[in-house]
Amino acid sequence: MGTIATIHEMLVKKQVSCTELTQRYLDAVEQANPALNAYVNVTPDTALATAAAVDKKIAAGEEIGALEGVPMTLKDNMSTKGIETTCCSKILTGYKPIFDATVWEILQEQNAVLLGKTNMDEFAMGSSCENSCFGGAANPFDTNYVAGGSSGGVSSAVGGNIAAYGLGSDTGGSIRQPASFCGVVGLKPTYGAVSRYGLIAYASSLDQIGPITKTVEDASLVFDAIAKKDKRDSTSVGGGNTYATLNRDIKGMKIGIAREYLDGVRDDVKEATLAAAEVYKSLGAEIVYFDLPVLKFALPVYYIIACAEASSNLGRYDGIRYGYKTAHYTGTHDMICRTRSEGFGEEVKRRILLGTYVLSAGYYDAYYKKATDLRGTIISAFNKAFEQCDVILAPTVPMTAFEKGHAVSDPIETYLTDICTVPVNIAGLPGVSVPCGFNAKGMPIGMQLIGKSFGEAQILNAAYRYQQAAPEKFRDTKWGVKL
Amino acid sequence: MKYELVSGFETHIELQTKTKIFCGCTTQFGGEPNTHCCPVCIGLPGTLPVLNREVVRFAIKAGLAVHGEIASVAKMDRKNYCYPDLSKAYQISQLYAPLIIGGYVELSSGKKIRLHHIHIEEDAGKLIHRHGDTYVDYNRGGVPLIEIVSEPDIRSVDEAREYVEKLQQVMRYIGISDCRMQEGSMRCDVNVSVRPEGSETFGTRTEIKNMNSITNIVKAMEYEYDRQVDLIESGGKVVQETLRYDDVSGTTSSMRSKEDAHDYRYFRDPDLVTINIPREEVEALRAEMPELPADKCRRYIDALGIPEKDAQLLTKYRRISEFFDAAIEGVKSPKTVSNFIIGQMFRRAETESDKEQFDLPTTPQQLNALVKLLDSGKIRNNLAKATLEKMLDTGKPATDFISESDMGGVDDNALLALCKAAIEGNAKAVADFRGGKEKALKALVGNVMKNSRGKADAQAAEAKIKELLG
Repeated sequence: MGTIATIHEMLVKKQVSCTELTQRYLDAVEQANPALNAYVNVTPDTALATAAAVDKKIAAGEEIGALEGVPMTLKDNMSTKGIETTCCSKILTGYKPIFDATVWEILQEQNAVLLGKTNMDEFAMGSSCENSCFGGAANPFDTNYVAGGSSGGVSSAVGGNIAAYGLGSDTGGSIRQPASFCGVVGLKPTYGAVSRYGLIAYASSLDQIGPITKTVEDASLVFDAIAKKDKRDSTSVGGGNTYATLNRDIKGMKIGIAREYLDGVRDDVKEATLAAAEVYKSLGAEIVYFDLPVLKFALPVYYIIACAEASSNLGRYDGIRYGYKTAHYTGTHDMICRTRSEGFGEEVKRRILLGTYVLSAGYYDAYYKKATDLRGTIISAFNKAFEQCDVILAPTVPMTAFEKGHAVSDPIETYLTDICTVPVNIAGLPGVSVPCGFNAKGMPIGMQLIGKSFGEAQILNAAYRYQQAAPEKFRDTKWGVKL
Repeated sequence: MKYELVSGFETHIELQTKTKIFCGCTTQFGGEPNTHCCPVCIGLPGTLPVLNREVVRFAIKAGLAVHGEIASVAKMDRKNYCYPDLSKAYQISQLYAPLIIGGYVELSSGKKIRLHHIHIEEDAGKLIHRHGDTYVDYNRGGVPLIEIVSEPDIRSVDEAREYVEKLQQVMRYIGISDCRMQEGSMRCDVNVSVRPEGSETFGTRTEIKNMNSITNIVKAMEYEYDRQVDLIESGGKVVQETLRYDDVSGTTSSMRSKEDAHDYRYFRDPDLVTINIPREEVEALRAEMPELPADKCRRYIDALGIPEKDAQLLTKYRRISEFFDAAIEGVKSPKTVSNFIIGQMFRRAETESDKEQFDLPTTPQQLNALVKLLDSGKIRNNLAKATLEKMLDTGKPATDFISESDMGGVDDNALLALCKAAIEGNAKAVADFRGGKEKALKALVGNVMKNSRGKADAQAAEAKIKELLG
């Protein structure tokens, strides 16, 4: 498998030059992307220039870092200086940032090879990647199915071996859900662990950048690299130090299962999750069942807070300074109205309207304030749950990937797919989605390990031990680069 | 029926921190459009604000200067509205947990105009209309502001004028803002309502936006008072609305009615963390505070014997009061120093801005030296006055204009000798004086002056002669 570890070893042993490797990935992108639609912008020049620099270092006998020379991708909502960054929205057409996101700055220092920017639901709003102005990304296990969302492009690319890893963003499940659908690993870090500077905001109090990788150790490597305190992000804390403890024995670890997380979950998903619990038992962990009744508030709380923040965050797209601007208008007000009406997609408009409504005079207390109060209740409930267990095990999504076109037809049902992922964002906790089985049609199922605040080391440790015990759940696809 | 004016002020003051409130750009006024900008203050997607702690410190000083309560925990909120000069479509401000609560501004009458709160926020950019097109300059975007919100305690235009002047004075004193209304570093939104005298309930208010001079504030308030009274007298009703004042026509006109009022959809800004204000920080800032103008004025009157009117003039501008403080070091009479400053130096600092700077060629030490010459009796008042003019023209010390021969010879012994000589040499004048002719004294004094070549102090000479003849 084209994991970070494999590639690093090949480069160090000079089995392949970084330029050759990068070219193989670029060729694979060209071949697979028409089917997967994972990339919305390929950056061969940037990639090859970095590769050449890495080759020079290797030739000079210099040591290279774990991520150095490894071909990767960024979700198209992370600012890349001079490289178009669109959030897969018409309204950001042609927008080339004049600065780099902190995560991209960190990765550039490590000579990460950027193959291109990947597909997503417009402004990260969606669960299928189909709300992209470039059309949705396909699932590498079966291209009739969606890759999930919103970081569908990254998941599709990593699952399809046209990137060794990628960075996604997760506001209500946007890393974990597509990772689950595409049979890869996706880590949503604790709020504050990774700098949000340069991440184009959807909902600022929920957004968090994290890795999507083929293996748990890769997720750990990337997380440790990017989880650094950043003075440009006031909410940033840092905290990446997970790699050293990945293989720690989990004997006696208390793994909690909240009954509410299994409600309404499809049978195959439920079975796979409970089977994973059995694996943990066999590894010496203790399974603890408990109730988390506040989970029923999670979805409305999430949609109220996320939409409220989005309605404010997206106000700046007015056609004056950058991005799309309507062709015909009669005055400033008309120009802004037309630009926004034409530039935003349906789902984005829906959430802006919802968010504007819940913050409006006369409705603020009934919706926004109540939601923020309940957010506190949910946080306390998780804190209490973690008095009984070390890690919470839950399904990532109540179902497996749906067929293309299904999500768009019923927005409410699509919202419901977020039910298992949003609580983590509301509480600011870390969660990792790990492949744990396949349904009858061979589509991947993911499970989620939820940790205490800044407990990434613990959940990645648990995930890694599972991966070691059940390697058959980590299946590769037919696409892309085979190493 | 007689109507009472009721008014409250919302005053925006730009803080003179070196950098903007959420980024490292300069706050300097002017500059080519869009040159004092960065991705953060033009709100590019993905950028995040980081609070400049200096802004908090400046605002705390403002709070201390108006006797407000400094919150221990404050938060930033977003005020959402769409306008091209606001690059993020929201202004980062404070609604739910402002930095300063309460406080007051005391007028000379002793009346206190209570403050509701003071909050910090970012300024917006500016629209420039030219040749039928509109341009945006974001240089001002992100410049830190405090907004001082008063209670509706103002009852006359004179109180309004004094309120603004007092705020201006104290904020300049503590060095947080130059408060230049004409440059927009101080702007007022004025709420006006009227009610029958004696009434307890408030009338419907209108808000006059963005007033940029005290003269206009007074005129607009007078206009608005008359308009509202006329309206009520003729059976009409005042409509709650936002007005703009046109200083050419001297009238107010509607910007938007209550129905069209913005719904700002305030909510906590998730990009900024809670601001904690430890009490030690407040105390450290309190210790840094200069003597405030009101306290200073009282001290000048009580301890230095300066007349109240003069004390007010001296304390109106911090630089002038500091000049005065430095110039009175060790002098016999601070009032003499005050007289020189008010009588002669003020003429050379005519504009408000000149007084604010008070950057005249003469230093307080030079004035101090001049007054000490006077104190010692080495020169007299007329010469001192003339010398000060020369000093102010050139920036040179008094000794450059007063020769050795101008000084000396007029000490007490010399004066006694001169007076005795005058008495001995003018027997007729002495006889006349003793005969009851007061005028004869003048001739004797004139003689002393003549023989001292004008250096003697005429008053002292007169006293001495009287003493000798008495």
